[in-house]
Amino acid sequence: MDIIYVLWLRQVRRYWRSGSRLLGTLGQPILLLLALGYGIGAIYRRAGEGNYLQFLVPGIITQTVLLSGIFWGMIILQDKRFGFLAEMLVAPVSRVKILLGSALGGATISIFQGILVFTISMLLGFRPHSWALVGPAFLVLVLMCVALTSFGAGIASMVDDFQGFQGINNLIVMPMFFLSSALYPLTNVPVGLKIVSSINPVTYMVDALRYLLANQTHFGLGKDLIVMAITFVACLFFAVSRFNRIQM
Amino acid sequence: MVKSIIGAKSVTKRFGDIVAVDNIDFEIREGEIFGFLGPNGAGKSTTIKMLTTMLRPTSGRLTLDGHDVAKERDSARKAFGIVFQDPSLDEELSAYENMDLHGALYSVPKALRRIRIKELLELVELDGRQDYMVKTFSGGMRRRLEIARGLLHEPRVLFLDEPTLGLDTQTRNLMWDYVKKLSHEKGMTIFFTTHYLDEAEAVAERIAIIDHGKIVALGTTPELCKQTKTKTLEEAYLQLTGKTLRDEASSGNDGLNFKTALRNQRLR
Repeated sequence: MDIIYVLWLRQVRRYWRSGSRLLGTLGQPILLLLALGYGIGAIYRRAGEGNYLQFLVPGIITQTVLLSGIFWGMIILQDKRFGFLAEMLVAPVSRVKILLGSALGGATISIFQGILVFTISMLLGFRPHSWALVGPAFLVLVLMCVALTSFGAGIASMVDDFQGFQGINNLIVMPMFFLSSALYPLTNVPVGLKIVSSINPVTYMVDALRYLLANQTHFGLGKDLIVMAITFVACLFFAVSRFNRIQM
Repeated sequence: MVKSIIGAKSVTKRFGDIVAVDNIDFEIREGEIFGFLGPNGAGKSTTIKMLTTMLRPTSGRLTLDGHDVAKERDSARKAFGIVFQDPSLDEELSAYENMDLHGALYSVPKALRRIRIKELLELVELDGRQDYMVKTFSGGMRRRLEIARGLLHEPRVLFLDEPTLGLDTQTRNLMWDYVKKLSHEKGMTIFFTTHYLDEAEAVAERIAIIDHGKIVALGTTPELCKQTKTKTLEEAYLQLTGKTLRDEASSGNDGLNFKTALRNQRLR
């Protein structure tokens, strides 16, 4: 337990000290909230769909933790390139513990950022549908963050250079965000897009959050939670198997 | 009869078709300062990586303080400390935090950790800088911190992989003074690699020279000179390994990952 705690603490400390990282990762969600929330919000209302900001916020929270989770994987890559991973790997500690402690640290950072975006959107006029459901929404957020940081850790274990990681970001993360229901409702989209979105696990994360925070859902909470549970297990499995394969 | 603390029996490591370490045997006595020399790509780092559980030998048996390195990994890991060839500190943490994290990873109890960290930081003359971030440290300070860190769990064996690379003469001398003191006062076994032969001659009690994955000579400096009919270690070394330049397998990858380097080399 002590070991997991110190590895967790390492991640949180590093994040806390780097003010620029905190600001940098928050810039994008704020921009999206302002530009889309206010910009598209007007058309959305005219189309008779209601308040776009209520619809958008769960999507932007998801986008924040998706990016933060995958980018957290960069730390594993940094540790690999700049040697600290060797120090950890020759210690008498199992790799699963190293991964778990570090990933929980990464997840904590994501959770924190998710809450921060939630608070900012409150300032911009967002109101949760029911305060009683904010607690469960928090649990969903935790589940998402652990899954996504594990996914980031798995990817970082596979690539050896920063350019490669950047490529994966463009190839995987951006499509996962844009081809989910984060920005638009799936009710009236073309069939092709609907199919792609329906096999994208991020869609279900957004949908669950949206149900709990804004009382809007496409698939229903039950289905969302089942897909999220499967995704969670798959991400953990992926991370452990990739991290175990790292050779220094 | 002095106890043997590191043993290699017919150890071979292959990466695909390439034999990086070819059937090597050696024994290192407890408390000995042992120098491991060889040209780039001769198999030095691969041997250290096998001894420190980072790579598994393809065949053969390695023992460290009585533990089979491949089978009793965690016991072997507790028995050694290592200063890597490449820097391996967390730059965004302070010197103290780096030490403390290491202590926790090796399950050194908290109270004891605090005392030892203080002692060790004094030993390497970094006690005034313990709360500074490592990113503000010079190369020499980082090396000293890495040595202090490697000693925190009181290992029986200390591995130093090219520890003086890029250090100025003052820091080098100081570093070897600590190392000798550790060996004499605590009976710690030191296993080091270097490209500076003067250093090896001055510090090492015995030396092994590895080339093309094979150990081509092993003994004290006078023994190696006698064997090659030369006067200095450098002459003996050049006689044994030749004067041609080597293509290091891990070039362009900072010696981090042999497999990747091999792949890159094939692509080139």
